[in-house]
Amino acid sequence: MTLNALTLLQQFLILLAGLSLFVSFILIAQPRLVAAIHSFAWQGVLVSALTLTAAMTNQAPPLYFSAGLTLVLKGLFIPWLLHRLALRLGLEGHSETLRWPELVLLAGVFLVIFSYWLVEPMVERELIFTRNIIAVSLAVVLLGFLMMVFRTQAVAQVLGFMSMENGLFLAAVSATTGMPMVVELGVAFDVLVAAVLFGVFFFQIRESIDSLDVDRLNRLAETPDVEPMLSEEIGE
Amino acid sequence: MSGLTLTLFAPLLGGLTLVWLRPLGLAGWFNLGVSGLTLVGSLWLAKTVAQKGILVESIAGMGFRIDAFNVYLVVLTAFVGFTTAIFSRPYMRHVCASGKISPASLRLYHSLYQAFMLTMLLALTTDNLGILWVAIEGATLATVLLVSLYRTPEAVEAAWKYFILCSVGIALALFGTVLTYFAAQHVLADPAAGLSWSALYSQAQMLNPTVMRIAFVFLLVGYGTKVGLVPMHQWLPDAHSEGPTPMSAVLSGLLLNVALYAVVRLKMLVDGSLAQTQTPQLAGILLMGFGMVSFLVAGLFLHRQRDIKRMFSYSSIEHMGLMTFAFGLGGSLATFGALLHMLVHSLTKSAIFVTVGHATHIAGTQAIDRIRGLIRTQPAVGWSLLIAVAAIAGFPPFGIFASEFLLLTATMQSQPWLTLALLSGLGIAFAGLFRYLHPMVYGQPPEGQQAVPANMIPVLIHLGLVLWLGLAIPEFLAQWLDRATQLITGTHLL
Repeated sequence: MTLNALTLLQQFLILLAGLSLFVSFILIAQPRLVAAIHSFAWQGVLVSALTLTAAMTNQAPPLYFSAGLTLVLKGLFIPWLLHRLALRLGLEGHSETLRWPELVLLAGVFLVIFSYWLVEPMVERELIFTRNIIAVSLAVVLLGFLMMVFRTQAVAQVLGFMSMENGLFLAAVSATTGMPMVVELGVAFDVLVAAVLFGVFFFQIRESIDSLDVDRLNRLAETPDVEPMLSEEIGE
Repeated sequence: MSGLTLTLFAPLLGGLTLVWLRPLGLAGWFNLGVSGLTLVGSLWLAKTVAQKGILVESIAGMGFRIDAFNVYLVVLTAFVGFTTAIFSRPYMRHVCASGKISPASLRLYHSLYQAFMLTMLLALTTDNLGILWVAIEGATLATVLLVSLYRTPEAVEAAWKYFILCSVGIALALFGTVLTYFAAQHVLADPAAGLSWSALYSQAQMLNPTVMRIAFVFLLVGYGTKVGLVPMHQWLPDAHSEGPTPMSAVLSGLLLNVALYAVVRLKMLVDGSLAQTQTPQLAGILLMGFGMVSFLVAGLFLHRQRDIKRMFSYSSIEHMGLMTFAFGLGGSLATFGALLHMLVHSLTKSAIFVTVGHATHIAGTQAIDRIRGLIRTQPAVGWSLLIAVAAIAGFPPFGIFASEFLLLTATMQSQPWLTLALLSGLGIAFAGLFRYLHPMVYGQPPEGQQAVPANMIPVLIHLGLVLWLGLAIPEFLAQWLDRATQLITGTHLL
């Protein structure tokens, strides 16, 4: 895949997508919560900038709308909400101890390679641009997934989820010319409601386990060591 | 005004009104009334579809497509929603009166109940794969606060797990949806219609098979999380056991069905796309694999449960696995059996959860080893539980026996060696259920255990219907399911 075969514009779009992927890596390895929230905001801004560029070049007016929506929702509102919640929960200086950060980053690299491997047969060889950008957006989705698996702090898990959404959005904008308007509004509404509900849950979780480390939520695991009751108690 | 608008707008407006409705006694009745109205709307819709065949409608720029397959699920959803509302009215009043939840939480409960019904009905009726995704994610959002309604540490944990797992799963499904849309871009004349299921279905053989194959894996994992397929099932027992009982009834009876409906619709697209390739059965094989694993694993897990609601949620996973397997098997007999099984399982399982709600109320606990002597304390609850469990375990003359028999016959025809696995799975699940059921219904009740005011009407209606379906499937219903079978597989059974 030679990138210089692409037009300058496509190279610019790929640069923006690549930067979003880079932010995903930052999110995985950033132990300080507030800094991670800020990085997430930058990812939102990057995705929005990419959408705006695509809107201008494709002459697709609905994309202007989605660019604005992404900027407001992912770049401003959700980071602001999470930041405020972090302050109210007294987490501004919070720094999470990451488990095996190097290994997780390495796993992230493998996920990027995996995305390219998965996407390769899907798109014809000529469409280098589409192929790159779908692979990158899938990588952003999978890295968000990885983050949700390896971070045990509730707010960090939410960041992982939201960056997954960013990756999905990236895929929708770049592989196609954006989803139909009703769908986009519906997805945005769901994300918004999810963000608010996550906020509610931070307080519920802290109330119940006095911490936001979701590793301590372990009351409901299957308990194999207890012998289940047998039917000795039946009368007669 | 049509059946469809009534079906969708009743829960929408009802949900919005219930947020503000302060008199608690009235709210329960209002919830019931709205559910009744939805049921009327769905029956009206069914009548229209029966006359016209396929109904295509557009409301507020959203396309709807209702055919024999989804209209039967719409009626089922509205019906179970209605009977559960009958049960939930006094039950939740009692929960509220006992101080477990505040009046504000009860208001939230009623409003979200309708919101959940709305998302289910929207997911079933829409023609747009994007809206389908939005509605199924909306169902998670509507129910997640209900799971944590009691605010115990366990409930909050269950809700968090539910929220995170289902959101992640459903995010993967959205990626699959985007890929489907991508495949449609080069095929459809109007790319903007690329998420319309009917447009995609008519051109399915043109969709790029490589893209569709990968898209289906994402879609199956995503929606499969909501179906409760192993290994993505972790949220299901927790959410069912910690949420309020009416919620467990509708989650098990409806949400799982709707998610499976989404999987089947998408399988139809992928089958069309892969028909000319070397692996035309790929989607079916994946469904069979996931279904069989879920069926067997859940059956084994039934044996080590100590919480009665957890036990029955594993039974739901087991049955969803069986249906997924049957849809994967394909062919008209298996599909007919799976459709029938969806119907009878929903009816039976919601009846079980309603009965379990009363049983836990009598015993004051959900722990299996502390629920004893139900028949002596309150025969209506004890016998209902016994009969309902006999029905869910597949005893004749109940409907589940009929559908499981059809499924076994179909398996015997096309994959004979898998019949053995199915039979042993059914046996394991049967043993698991009855092992705990026996001491719960018979046995000596603890000192001072008293009967509670119970509303057994929904249970009686459901079990009566399941019995009827087991003895003789009415002609119109058989025709109806046959038409749905024809839509899915292309061939008639009857």
